[in-house]
Amino acid sequence: MPATALRKPWRSLRRQREAAGFGLWVFLGSEVMFFACALTGYAVYRTLWNADFLAAARETNVVYGTLNTAILLTSSLTMAVAAEGARAGLRRLTLACLAATIAFGLAFLVVKGFEYREDIERHLLPGPGFALPAPAAQIFFAFYWLLTGVHALHMTIGLGVTATLLWQAWRRSRPLRSPAFEVAGLYWHFVDIVWIFLYPLLYLAGRA
Amino acid sequence: MSEALVQRDIPDAPAPGESYLTAGTGLASWLLTTDHKRIALLYMAAITFFFFLGGAGAVAMRIELFTPQADLLSDDAYNRAFTFHGVLMVWFFLLPSIPNILGNFLLPLMIGAQDLAFPRLNLLSWYIFITAGGLAIYTLLAGGVDTGWTFYTPLSTAFANGHVLAAAAAVFIAGFSTIATAVNFIATVHLLRAPGMTWFRLPLFVWAIYATSIVMVLATPVLAMVLLLIFAERAFGIPIFDPLRGGDPILFQHLFWFYSHPAVYIMVLPSFGVISELIACYARRRVFGYSFMVYAILWIALVGFLVWGHHMFVSGQSMLANLAFSFLSFVVAVPSAIKVFNWTATLYRGQIIFDAPMIYALGFVGLFTIGGLTGLFLASIPVDVHVTDTYFVVAHFHYIMVGGAVSALYGGLAFWWPKITGRLYPEGWARFAAVMMFFGFSFTFFPMFVMGFLGMPRRYHVYVPEFQVWHVLASSGAVVLAAAYLLPMGYFAWSLVWGKRATANPWEATGLEWQTASPPPAENFATPPVVTQAPYDYHPEHSGPPAIERAAQRPQGHQP
Repeated sequence: MPATALRKPWRSLRRQREAAGFGLWVFLGSEVMFFACALTGYAVYRTLWNADFLAAARETNVVYGTLNTAILLTSSLTMAVAAEGARAGLRRLTLACLAATIAFGLAFLVVKGFEYREDIERHLLPGPGFALPAPAAQIFFAFYWLLTGVHALHMTIGLGVTATLLWQAWRRSRPLRSPAFEVAGLYWHFVDIVWIFLYPLLYLAGRA
Repeated sequence: MSEALVQRDIPDAPAPGESYLTAGTGLASWLLTTDHKRIALLYMAAITFFFFLGGAGAVAMRIELFTPQADLLSDDAYNRAFTFHGVLMVWFFLLPSIPNILGNFLLPLMIGAQDLAFPRLNLLSWYIFITAGGLAIYTLLAGGVDTGWTFYTPLSTAFANGHVLAAAAAVFIAGFSTIATAVNFIATVHLLRAPGMTWFRLPLFVWAIYATSIVMVLATPVLAMVLLLIFAERAFGIPIFDPLRGGDPILFQHLFWFYSHPAVYIMVLPSFGVISELIACYARRRVFGYSFMVYAILWIALVGFLVWGHHMFVSGQSMLANLAFSFLSFVVAVPSAIKVFNWTATLYRGQIIFDAPMIYALGFVGLFTIGGLTGLFLASIPVDVHVTDTYFVVAHFHYIMVGGAVSALYGGLAFWWPKITGRLYPEGWARFAAVMMFFGFSFTFFPMFVMGFLGMPRRYHVYVPEFQVWHVLASSGAVVLAAAYLLPMGYFAWSLVWGKRATANPWEATGLEWQTASPPPAENFATPPVVTQAPYDYHPEHSGPPAIERAAQRPQGHQP
């Protein structure tokens, strides 16, 4: 179904386009509360066990974390260019930038994978045999695994959406004027912003 | 609502093959439909099923509690019965009931739209709901959960033997359905209102569903994350709330109630909308203080987020927090009181017709008032300390959720039944069922106030003999209540075949949903409606409703 066609409940194309973005903004409100819940838990425990948390945070690999921050911010740039390119009808630019976004996203996950492997080798997985003696250090790493894991899951969904759009734009089955490009961009930027919060909380804490 | 403008002819019944019920046939035309009206019926089927499944848990409990000793259920089976009852009734019946059945059906009709903003997302959310429900039933068949519907840690993460993971996953997945529906409703209200349908011309039902959707979007994800934390702790041994490793179980309660108190308003706000529609129609009156009703809905939705701590007065919360939450809980009662006063004022000088939906509505106002006032008892710390975890609390929240929300659901179903099916329900039977529900409910739950105040704790399957008289009263009332729930299933089904065919507007109600055929055509309106007036235009603004001819007022509205 071509996305430019007027679909059932809508009276005008402008409204129909507006709805996609509006709906996603409302959904992002929901996502904000989702992460806010976990970050509240983090804040409470960091207040309760400040020294343990800062000591535990020094055990994360700040090199991987910083590298991933750079990768993710760059992917936001390419995603923004892709959305603007689609709006302007520049097909080759859109395709190239979507592909670049996917490449950066995959690079992020690969770096994350190396980091996870190192964490496991250093016994930073909470449970028996955990590397750090302080009990609250396990709580820090519980949040570390949970938050980065949920973030990586969001990245994976974003990659799936972006890859689908790239495929559809390549096959010309989705016109560039479709609001989907802008909406996918919104979601991608949101996932990046979550990382902007996770990076200082998980990697920079205790290193100042 | 737009009577002045609607001089065009509205056919009472659509031509054959044009109604949404006959627009396509076969199972696939239902299971793959994107028509909001058909999806509402899919939800109705699923939710009715879960209602009776959850009701079976209640039946088991009421039989067990008939005598002080354990006869029917072991202590463990009793724990599983009340947990199952709570989980199913909260997440698979009360939360989705009015929004997903009546809201899905009526929201686009009431604002003059062809469908919800995202029709395919609407269908998807039904399938997500069914998946979650399937998982909930799996939990039951596998042996159930014994934590109570609140999943308190460390019980749920370290000690409970039941299938906590499956139950948490079921509720987690149901949350996606809730969020998808809420996003859909919000986008619909913002972007699909008919020309002239300004915000302050929206029917109160639409306002109620809109406010509910906002609460759903902002509260449900918090539950999702909390369940994820519980899941991670139980499944992988990751410490989050484990006190042995520095975790804080009270934090779980804060996060859980941050969702679950707003969830109470998700359950009851839609009923406010239904009741406003019913009372205005059957009193033939404009809703008294329409704008205050709107602000009260929004105020409840907002302040409902700020009162969660009143569930934790005895959990070890600081006294300062207790005082603040107590105060805020009194504050949230103000808009609820505004609504009750305004419904009462709407009746004043009205031409009241005691048809079944009105009986349900009046019953709602009474039961909700008792439920709300006892809520104030519980918001007051000294009283709450006395009755915490007793049947007083059980009675209080059943007055709000069962006396309130379920009455509104049944009243709303009766009121909009002709619109949904094109058939009239039998009025005599419906009045009888409505009266029976009120008395059955009161017999069941009022004794719980008494025994709770006397000290009967909740969640016990054996008790000291002096409470038996109250438990026998409650169990006997539950029989009446169960009959009042089953009876409408019978006569609604009967009406599908033998019921009189409904006209487009059998109750002479205002509202765009009555300005189209019964049942509506697939595209809702033959010509797109235009709105020129405020809602509830039952009489000129500055005079009372015209007297109605009592003799001419027959049940079933005005049939030609």
